[in-house]
Amino acid sequence: MKPFTVHKGIAAPMDRANIDTDMIIPKQFLKSIKRSGFGPNLFDELRYLDEGQPDADNSGRPLNPDFVLNQPRYQGASVLLARENFGCGSSREHAPWALEDFGFRAIIAPSYADIFFNNSFKNGLLPIVLDDATVDRLFKAVAANEGYELTIDLAQQKVITPDGEEIPFEVDAFRKHCLLNGLDDIGLTLQDADDIRAYEANRRQQSPWLFS
Amino acid sequence: MAGKTLYDKLWEQHVVKERDDGTALIYIDRQLLHEVTSPQAFEGLRIAGRKPWRLDANLATPDHNVPTTPVERESGIDGIQDPVSRIQVRTLDENCDEFGITEFKMQDKRQGIVHVVGPEQGATLPGMTVVCGDSHTATHGAFAALAHGIGTSEVEHVLATQCLIQRKMKNLLIKVEGDLGAGITGKDVVLHIIGVIGTAGGNGCAMEFGGSAIRSLSMEARMTMCNMAIEAGARVGMVGFDDITAEYVKGRPYAPKADQWEQALAVWKDLVSDEDAVFDKVVEIRAEDIKPQVTWGTSPEMVTTIDGTVPTLDDAADEVERSGFERAYQYMGLKPGQKITDIQLDRVFIGSCTNSRIEDLRAAADVARGRKVAGSVKQALVVPGSGLVKAQAEAEGLDKIFVEAGFEWREPGCSMCLAMNADKLGSGEHCASTSNRNFEGRQGYGGRTHLVSPAMAAAAAIAGHFVDVREF
Repeated sequence: MKPFTVHKGIAAPMDRANIDTDMIIPKQFLKSIKRSGFGPNLFDELRYLDEGQPDADNSGRPLNPDFVLNQPRYQGASVLLARENFGCGSSREHAPWALEDFGFRAIIAPSYADIFFNNSFKNGLLPIVLDDATVDRLFKAVAANEGYELTIDLAQQKVITPDGEEIPFEVDAFRKHCLLNGLDDIGLTLQDADDIRAYEANRRQQSPWLFS
Repeated sequence: MAGKTLYDKLWEQHVVKERDDGTALIYIDRQLLHEVTSPQAFEGLRIAGRKPWRLDANLATPDHNVPTTPVERESGIDGIQDPVSRIQVRTLDENCDEFGITEFKMQDKRQGIVHVVGPEQGATLPGMTVVCGDSHTATHGAFAALAHGIGTSEVEHVLATQCLIQRKMKNLLIKVEGDLGAGITGKDVVLHIIGVIGTAGGNGCAMEFGGSAIRSLSMEARMTMCNMAIEAGARVGMVGFDDITAEYVKGRPYAPKADQWEQALAVWKDLVSDEDAVFDKVVEIRAEDIKPQVTWGTSPEMVTTIDGTVPTLDDAADEVERSGFERAYQYMGLKPGQKITDIQLDRVFIGSCTNSRIEDLRAAADVARGRKVAGSVKQALVVPGSGLVKAQAEAEGLDKIFVEAGFEWREPGCSMCLAMNADKLGSGEHCASTSNRNFEGRQGYGGRTHLVSPAMAAAAAIAGHFVDVREF
């Protein structure tokens, strides 16, 4: 996993609540057996005017000019600004894979669906929770200023606006540690292998029907 | 000291190790695997040179991509027309063979939707932690198990360590008291609940369904309800253990046998929330208030009753909801104030991990018996949840009732719930569907989904538009 320390990038606004995982990456693209290459199909149904197909060339497809990520001012955006309950719906990790593959490193929203939130951290994508009023203020600032860039400092847990305002955010200590260092948590868990074995032996004794 | 909730108990029973940062290592008793969210996890194991921690804790079956027409199914994997789907189903077989994981392959009569197969086999048992790379894993909580969906990285983590790193969720109790009216099903109850608390109402919570109305429900109905806990934002849905749970589990292939059965029962009896348990939040629902439900929009919370209308902008709580309504009117091709019974249907889908069990098929067949699907309905599909459900339905003659009425009787799989196989809606088509999500494009590009119970779907197929199954 790519470490996340300090990131600065253009913010793009997705002004809509309850963005679901079917919207982020439609099901036909889940047929891939790979972890990469989902970026061209991120928000496929919103982004293009036709229906996307897996394993197809997307370069000649008609773009929806009204879709925010197709607008020239948001080209190269790497911070996504969104509304409440972002990522609701399925458990597909293809959603953060697609966001990451497209170039996003962080999302800012008032709330997220639980599974999406978890999945993001596993893929170097930082989902930041800020209160409604602050998110609303950022939406207005992004709309008013072309090329509006946000800096995200994970170690300091701050979002920094172009005029130097520092907005603090909360993040789980363990997830922060893994993200800052780009750690894969399987290796960390296996350091507790003896504890797992001890638990398992006890469980086998108490509930033998679970082991057969 | 205050009592414990069911979730508190299940959590405590599975803590391997608590960490200083408030997270805990939780032991996983069962992992279910399917073809869509597992290939990258197996690939991860291979790259790292790791082996599964405990083979017998895993059970796999392909479901999302499998074709459901008997013709395509006859020739096995080679018969899958879509080459990308074919590779994915084949990859699951290869991975399970390579690592030694039990799999009910596509031609096995036990194959089906993971969330139907697990309980049916007794592979889901009370007191277990159950995970699967699918958000509808919440289904298994109906057995007083702690079950939730996970992403692919976590699938790999469970394969490699038999554990997950978790933070304890909050306790939410949805208490449904009273008697449900005739014709009201678990699907109507859970859609009503989502309408009340919203799609984010359960975020961060383990949601327990309790109260007298829940106690009287069958396991199938409880599974339907827990299945859709995720549509209310809760990763975990659950119902306490009782005689109905025990009765369902007894005698299933993976269930404890002989003297272990009594031993298990003694442990399981405690899998209920204590009388004095404290929940972070309690929502009370009166069973008598619940009518047959139909979703009108593009989120499960956009739901109303069969005698209702599409809400107007004045019904929206705030600006964000207003704009959501406006987009939904446009996508669904509906007008504010329009009567639900006026919505004409192009297709009907009876199936999915929410509603494809034998009780669901019986309810739909009861409505379809001796009637005909309306001429205006292009297709009405019945897709059983597993090969065993299909066999049971055929033994009861349900397939004949459906076919005579003009429904198509298919092979088991996820099918039109998410349209990863060939079963999908055309753009602009309205579908009465017993599935769980009415998101844009979910059942096919431009498709318009209305979520309902199996009996309501069958009645809609026959009428060609929504009708109140209680008066049908």
